[in-house]
Amino acid sequence: MTTTATTELMTFDDAIAKYDPVLGFEVHVELNTKTKMFSAAPNAFGDDPNTNVTPVCLGLPGVLPVVNKHAVEYSIKIGLALGCTIAESCRFARKNYFYPDTPKNFQTSQYDEPIAYDGAIDIELDDGTVFTVEIERAHMEEDAGKLTHMGGTTGRIQGAEYSLVDYNRSGVPLVEIVTKPVEGVGDRAPELAKAYVTAIREIVKNLDVSDARMERGNVRCDANVSLRPVGQEKFGTRSETKNVNSLRSVEHAVRFEIQRQAALLDGGGEVVQETRHWHEDTRSTTSGRPKSDADDYRYFPEPDLVPVVTDKDWIEELRSQLPEPPAIRRKRLKADWGYSDEEFRDVVNAGLLDSVEETIAAGASPAVARKWWMGEVSRRAKADDVEPAALGVTSATIIELNELIEAGKINDKLARQTLDGVLAGEGSPSEVVEKRGLAVVSDDSALLEAIDGALAAQPDVADKIRGGKVQAVGAIVGGVMKATKGQADAGRVRELILERLDVQA
Amino acid sequence: MSTLRRGQVAHLARLAHIDMSDEELDRMSGELDVIVDSIKSISEAAGDDVPPTSHPLPLTNVFREDVVGQTLSNEEALSGAPDSADGRFKVPAILDED
Repeated sequence: MTTTATTELMTFDDAIAKYDPVLGFEVHVELNTKTKMFSAAPNAFGDDPNTNVTPVCLGLPGVLPVVNKHAVEYSIKIGLALGCTIAESCRFARKNYFYPDTPKNFQTSQYDEPIAYDGAIDIELDDGTVFTVEIERAHMEEDAGKLTHMGGTTGRIQGAEYSLVDYNRSGVPLVEIVTKPVEGVGDRAPELAKAYVTAIREIVKNLDVSDARMERGNVRCDANVSLRPVGQEKFGTRSETKNVNSLRSVEHAVRFEIQRQAALLDGGGEVVQETRHWHEDTRSTTSGRPKSDADDYRYFPEPDLVPVVTDKDWIEELRSQLPEPPAIRRKRLKADWGYSDEEFRDVVNAGLLDSVEETIAAGASPAVARKWWMGEVSRRAKADDVEPAALGVTSATIIELNELIEAGKINDKLARQTLDGVLAGEGSPSEVVEKRGLAVVSDDSALLEAIDGALAAQPDVADKIRGGKVQAVGAIVGGVMKATKGQADAGRVRELILERLDVQA
Repeated sequence: MSTLRRGQVAHLARLAHIDMSDEELDRMSGELDVIVDSIKSISEAAGDDVPPTSHPLPLTNVFREDVVGQTLSNEEALSGAPDSADGRFKVPAILDED
């Protein structure tokens, strides 16, 4: 099963020249309700194994599940945000399979009657190209327990002697969002895959219905890929790559599958309809199990749960609670701030939209907010390998730094040192300036002393300036800044030098 | 008339990870046939004009507020487990899924 024979790949460009990729996504979103889907056990991550469990989560005989109202409301909100129709009536179904991650031998899900269906969202790629992805359905279900395979190599099922099961995750509310086939994306397929999952993650985070942390499995993507010869209408056979759990790997997995399937088809082979596993380390997929009779889930309506019926009032109340959609918010902010496409995209990609918005709302100009967050703050974050927003810089810090600069109390260089102090916990920018003695030397007599020293040290430069080469003044300014350890206002120094030499600027 | 073929029973047994001998499969096909035939009598009563129902009670929207309730302790949770380790249920490795 895990033969490590190298998989034949066609180059991506050749693959796209010959074949037209069709994509499909199933994204599972863990809701951040306080309790589980069908029981009052806490929905929490990271606790001791098998402590957030009730008899319902363990599938003990005689238990009765009861639906969490918040989970239903969160699911409706997701449906509305995806432009779906909300079902007037829907029901739960049992998806039967025998595997220890579910102690009941079935997963409670929805089958023929999902809570939301027929939606669409616009997905914008980096260069502004927009693709509309149609949503087939969004249905409610429950998460499974977590298995750890022991005795084999590195936690993998192959060669494992036994598995340990933790049911803390069992019954955590999930919404599964299923797209219709996504056609006509051509060579943008890998980018679209990443952008789609990014958008879903952003939407559920914005709705505050999920923590949306992919590294914790709050958002998980199964990516379906099939190829058909360019010009053919009929879909090819698809593979389903499971649990691609980072935005980057979604893009890589789709690209890999396109290249793999193209090589296979080109060599006269056939794509097998199967589950494939993504391996981040080798950036490749390997065959899981064929989609065959093991997928015979024998769904039937869940007799222990009654239908969920919605009415217009309920739906409209939930709709009124929806926040501004992320894509619309971005358009509004970009227009308000007057950033270029590139400037705005950089802010978004740095995860600094909220920080910049806050700083501007607190009174900074858009240019100042961007200068600090994208400049000094991002630089430090990169050096410390943390997210810029997690560095501990607040909008108040930035506004105060900027005020100090505008009042001429500090210059850019001193501002950076001031920020050092703030991040070291020495207090507000003003307090740091005070404590570290960072204020610019604004006393002209002190500056003139330094200027005379610099002129005396570079008499040839002084002569040039006197002779009219005003641009040479930079060397003298540099000397003064050095002498004052950077604590001078360079603009004022320049003025004073020219006055001293009696030269018109 | 036999409605459940022996092959279907073997298929179900495989899905449920139950090892069944030929003799057991034969016997089980027969027994399940009796059950299926009994349930079939419903189709005689319900005509095409009767929509299928999954719930005989006219109830909808039975919900629970999202409030944490009592949970089992780890010891209680594992008390019925045939085997456990590290606070978790210990089960045989099952190979056909990952």
